Amino acid sequence: MEGDDARRAIDAVWRIESARLIAGLARMTGDVGVAEDLAQDALLAALEQWPAAGVPDNPGAWLMTTAKNRGIDRIRHREMATRKQEELGREVELRARLAEPDLAAVADDDIGDDLLSLIFTACHPVLSTEARVALTLRLVGSLSTAEIARAFLAKESTVAQRIVRAKRTLAEARVPIEVPGAAEREQRLGSVLEVIYAIFNEGYAASGGEDWIRADLCEEAMRLGRILVGLAPREPEALGLLALMELQASRFPARTGTAGEAIPLPEQDRSRWDFVLIGRGLKGLERAEGLGRPLGPYALQAGIAGCHARARTPEQTEWERIVAFYDGLAALTRSPVVRLNRAVAVGMAFGSAAGLELLDGLADEPALAGYHLLPAARGELLERLGRTEEASAEFARAAAISSNPRERELLQARAEGRR
Amino acid sequence: MRVMAIVKANEDSEAGVMPSEELLTEMGKFNEELVKAGVMLGGEGLHPTSKGARVSFGSEGERTVIDGPFAETKELIAGFWLLQVRSFEEAVEWMKRCPNPHDKPGEIEIRQVFEADDFGEELTPELREQEDRIRAQAEQNQ
Repeated sequence: MEGDDARRAIDAVWRIESARLIAGLARMTGDVGVAEDLAQDALLAALEQWPAAGVPDNPGAWLMTTAKNRGIDRIRHREMATRKQEELGREVELRARLAEPDLAAVADDDIGDDLLSLIFTACHPVLSTEARVALTLRLVGSLSTAEIARAFLAKESTVAQRIVRAKRTLAEARVPIEVPGAAEREQRLGSVLEVIYAIFNEGYAASGGEDWIRADLCEEAMRLGRILVGLAPREPEALGLLALMELQASRFPARTGTAGEAIPLPEQDRSRWDFVLIGRGLKGLERAEGLGRPLGPYALQAGIAGCHARARTPEQTEWERIVAFYDGLAALTRSPVVRLNRAVAVGMAFGSAAGLELLDGLADEPALAGYHLLPAARGELLERLGRTEEASAEFARAAAISSNPRERELLQARAEGRR
Repeated sequence: MRVMAIVKANEDSEAGVMPSEELLTEMGKFNEELVKAGVMLGGEGLHPTSKGARVSFGSEGERTVIDGPFAETKELIAGFWLLQVRSFEEAVEWMKRCPNPHDKPGEIEIRQVFEADDFGEELTPELREQEDRIRAQAEQNQ
């Protein structure tokens, strides 16, 4: 194989195998840090040997055997160096575990369990969200530290340190590498979903034209979401989050104009939406609803995104259904932003006056003071009622407190009746 | 990137012979692996061309409908996967792991799916808009 071809083939194998490799090694060694080091050793060996010898028939098994052998070698070295009896006992035990034939890996289900355990461990609440995000992309998403740094506009050394510290924290807290039991499961799953959505939003916020990997974070997040749904297919919120991401991502091709300006939903060219993602998102949402459990915040938000996705024109939007989803959301969260959005949906579904009345109830909400979308929403509904002057004043207020220059320009234009 | 992996037909698939139970199990496992790895966007198997048809376009622009079956078996398509992968090589690597879809020698063809940006300057905004509209229409009609 030529050098570049070999490198690309190894990259591809690594992308497929590394998470499962690390997950299996983590189960055997009980430490994700050790597991990742051994996996990296195996990768180095592949980079040395495969260009000349070719990619082996079963690269996954080759990598696992190599990683285990490296582990055994390392432990032997340390055994010779250490004289402490207690440490020696631990090392001998670990060496024995690595030397055993790996029966668990033979059963396919256990590989899934390993990977799910790894995901739950990388997203453990003992870690900060930042640390969880970096560790998950590294261990499960098989991104390099350099790629993660580029994606998050951070220094490579910062990310590297973050990952090292995270692995140390997990080891020190003696976090068991396992799928949490029923009692803990919901909270721990919430922690995983939060990490995946944080990755998605980081990519979502990066509007087109920048470094490819920023927007690619959305793809990575969806891939993680699909892995999670594949491993835990009966979790409505996992399905809900994946559907939400797919439905939001379906609008990417239409959400920016040729000059990079943001195009608001009602003005988007809907023929440019990604119908593969819409189909998947709607199907996933259906599956979540079909599980017969009450919908959580992700599935409810996916429900709202689904209503928009189904509408071929803005006029076809089923606003009554959207209001129902917001009702569900409002019952789960006290977020004033949800109440604000619900008021707008009510305005669209049942007339501007009804929406305006709800918005009036939010006027004294301290959390919304200085939030430009409140006057912007009032302006919108007032304008629909033909109360142009009042609408103008609201748009001007919104423009004055908006921090986004482009949005400010748009609001100012509406205040002056220019659009 | 999106990649389509295309399973070519053979005499059996064209004759409507169903795959063996063993192969179905193997294929099920492979599909599950694709799903659990988060790369599978979709995939379908196709009926033999005896249930298919072709619209052929003549030099004068005339359209003729030709009913299946069609002869050049090896060039026909029996099914496909749509995969979301980070590189083309990743898709190739996945398909090397696919069980042989037939009991005899055959092929899976791997092709990158065009996405709007790939057209670059070739596609004027008007053309692009038209293409998108047609695609949306096709979706709507499903």
